[in-house]
Amino acid sequence: MTTVKDLPQEDYFLSGHTACPGCGGAMVVRETMKVLGANTVVYMPASCLLIFSDMYPYNAFKVPSLQVLFETSAICASGIKRALKRQGKDDVTVVAFAGDGGTADIGMQALSGAAERNEDILYVCYDNEAYMNTGIQRSGTTPFGAWTTTTPLGGTSEGRGKNEFKKDVPRILMAHDVPYVATASLGFPADFLRKLEKAKAKKGFRYLHVLAPCPVGWRAESDTTVDLAKLAVETGIFTLMECEDGVLTLNREPRFTPVREYLKLQGRFKHLKDDQIAAIETWVKEKWERDRALAKALGPKPKVPVAMTK
Amino acid sequence: MIEARTATAGERHMVTGDYAAAWGAMVSRPQVIAAYPITPQTMIIEHLAEFLAAGKLDAEMMRVESEHSAMSAVVAAEATGVRTYTATSSQGLALMHEPLFISPPMHLPIVMSVVNRTVASPLGIWVEHNDTMPQRDTGWMQVYVEDAQEALDMVLQAYRVAENPSVELPMMIGMDAFLVSHTIESVDLISQEAADKFLPPFKPVHAYLDPERPLVVGAAAPPEYIQEVRWETDLRMRRAAEFLEETDREFGRTFGRTYGGAFETYRLEDADAALMTLGTVTSTAREVVDRLRGQGERVGLIKLRSFRPFPADRLQDATAHLKAFGVYDRAVSYGVGGPSYIEARNALYDTTTMPILGFLAGLGGRDVTPQDVELMFKKTLGAVGRGRRASGVHWIGTRGVSP
Ligand SMILES: Cc1ncc(C[n+]2csc(CCOP(=O)(O)OP(=O)(O)O)c2C)c(N)n1
Ligand code: SF4
Ligand SMILES: [Mg+2]
Repeated sequence: MTTVKDLPQEDYFLSGHTACPGCGGAMVVRETMKVLGANTVVYMPASCLLIFSDMYPYNAFKVPSLQVLFETSAICASGIKRALKRQGKDDVTVVAFAGDGGTADIGMQALSGAAERNEDILYVCYDNEAYMNTGIQRSGTTPFGAWTTTTPLGGTSEGRGKNEFKKDVPRILMAHDVPYVATASLGFPADFLRKLEKAKAKKGFRYLHVLAPCPVGWRAESDTTVDLAKLAVETGIFTLMECEDGVLTLNREPRFTPVREYLKLQGRFKHLKDDQIAAIETWVKEKWERDRALAKALGPKPKVPVAMTK
Repeated sequence: MIEARTATAGERHMVTGDYAAAWGAMVSRPQVIAAYPITPQTMIIEHLAEFLAAGKLDAEMMRVESEHSAMSAVVAAEATGVRTYTATSSQGLALMHEPLFISPPMHLPIVMSVVNRTVASPLGIWVEHNDTMPQRDTGWMQVYVEDAQEALDMVLQAYRVAENPSVELPMMIGMDAFLVSHTIESVDLISQEAADKFLPPFKPVHAYLDPERPLVVGAAAPPEYIQEVRWETDLRMRRAAEFLEETDREFGRTFGRTYGGAFETYRLEDADAALMTLGTVTSTAREVVDRLRGQGERVGLIKLRSFRPFPADRLQDATAHLKAFGVYDRAVSYGVGGPSYIEARNALYDTTTMPILGFLAGLGGRDVTPQDVELMFKKTLGAVGRGRRASGVHWIGTRGVSP
């Protein structure tokens, strides 16, 4: 297994892109491309990534890339792969990088379809927990209580940040019984690297959900990206897991650092009242109970009877 | 049907228009097909799936979860350098509206059969052209056919025109719901060998994804660059008109059938008044022309095939001798009139002052009877000599509305 130290010097996502300082999304893409290498085709939707990497006449990718629409990441990556297969280039890795909005919300239909058909693609969602490109609007993965420009603060119950909890996209993908679903965090690069290598080596539909802090949208210092990604895991807010051929493993037992340690570093949570923080603490507790139960239940899949495999 | 499924190619068989379109797609050897079912297009993709299952078709078939994805899938596959095909109807095409805009500027010559059907509301499954007509400004070429044979032949022609390096634009082929899609006719099912002679394998020219030659396809662009892309796409659409004519002639030399290119004329040469139709109404209109000619009326017909590119120059020449012109549409641009009526008036503004009348009939799939068409001719004849003031839009066969 490669360690972070052995990662190739060579980059396929180059410096010179125009992401903000400390952009977690750019770090996710860079590390992923180091592992995937030259024999790769990239798809990206409308998102911060498109704007900071492929604004004509500039381009940050050293491999071919396609952009079609916001909600078409999974289907376009599938279309590329099918065409490559017809051309005898089945060895090429096709990766779609998409934001949380393009994944959890508007892109969910195409994502679910591609997963159900077990298209041979790698889908990487860099989750910065809002629509950053359009100016920090809430998405399905924005956490409870977070301020965004569409969940602004005000004197009413509508003015306390987002009123709903984060959508569990990996769990939705697990329900599709695809070969590989995993989460990763920039705060745990070795774990991320291991999962990338595993995902690269597998055939069929592979989904990686990577927490990618956005200093601008999270109202945090640009040098806290990795710390935040680490704390999200250690507080139990973001779970490191992988589901390989139906077997679910929780990869790290967190220290359960108080959630306040994580929240206080981010301006988007500055307004939270004690009852909201208590709600987050309860949510974390219940999530871990549920995920543990799930991991226990999801052992190896029952073997398909011989007659049905014919 | 069953018989034709297993029949050897290159023979006449009684098949539906959908079968004919599927056959045309099969012998065009697309590498990737992506589609989603919708009445009355369903049989096209069912037949393609049967051809695939029977080993007659060799392609990647993507049974996607929506038309939005069907179009996006063929865009991505075509951008990777292979020939693609899809088919849809009505709501499906409306759902494709967003990805339709992608391929023309990207030089992706996708071919799609569209079974023309009413777009809700009210929901209806019968013929209307209000699914394809609103796609006018997406940069797709649009050709309308009259019968099953033309639905097949046009698929082959479409790839030739679309893939021409001077064009590289996608093309949709409109075929009337049920009247073409489900009507069983005797069709020459072109053999694979004959199709191969007419349509060479697809060779992408520049925009395709390949790790051997990294390239960005579909980047974002600031205002400094986009206008030139628009201009260049417009240029290719203008150029396409010529290749459409040339391809139809070439098709005629190979298969002994031609369709007149962008439009076909019938008894037009010495006509005083003429009607322009598109789709299946044309067959009825030919009969009506013959009947009226028998009564001494000097009437003629133009069967419009290509709506985009719109054959403005040819239409000017073909109508120069007319004294009145009527244009039939099976779609309405609310508050204005039929889309091809609007186009015709625009095209002829510089060359004629004759009255140009618009006729709307058969909307929602209502039958357009010979009497309806005769009324259109009579109204057009009645406008002769009355100048542009006699122009206007007439609703034919509308309950409670006098035409
Ligand atoms: C159909 C459609 N609706 C809306 C938009 C506008 N839009 C572009 S990017 C974006 C948000 C992207 O959010 P996300 O996917 O989370 O990526 P991020 O910008 O946060 O990296 C939106 C709403 C669009 N491009 N297309
Ligand atoms: S706004 Fe956030 S996600 Fe977008 S480029 Fe800046 S740091 Fe990255
Ligand atoms: Mg986002």
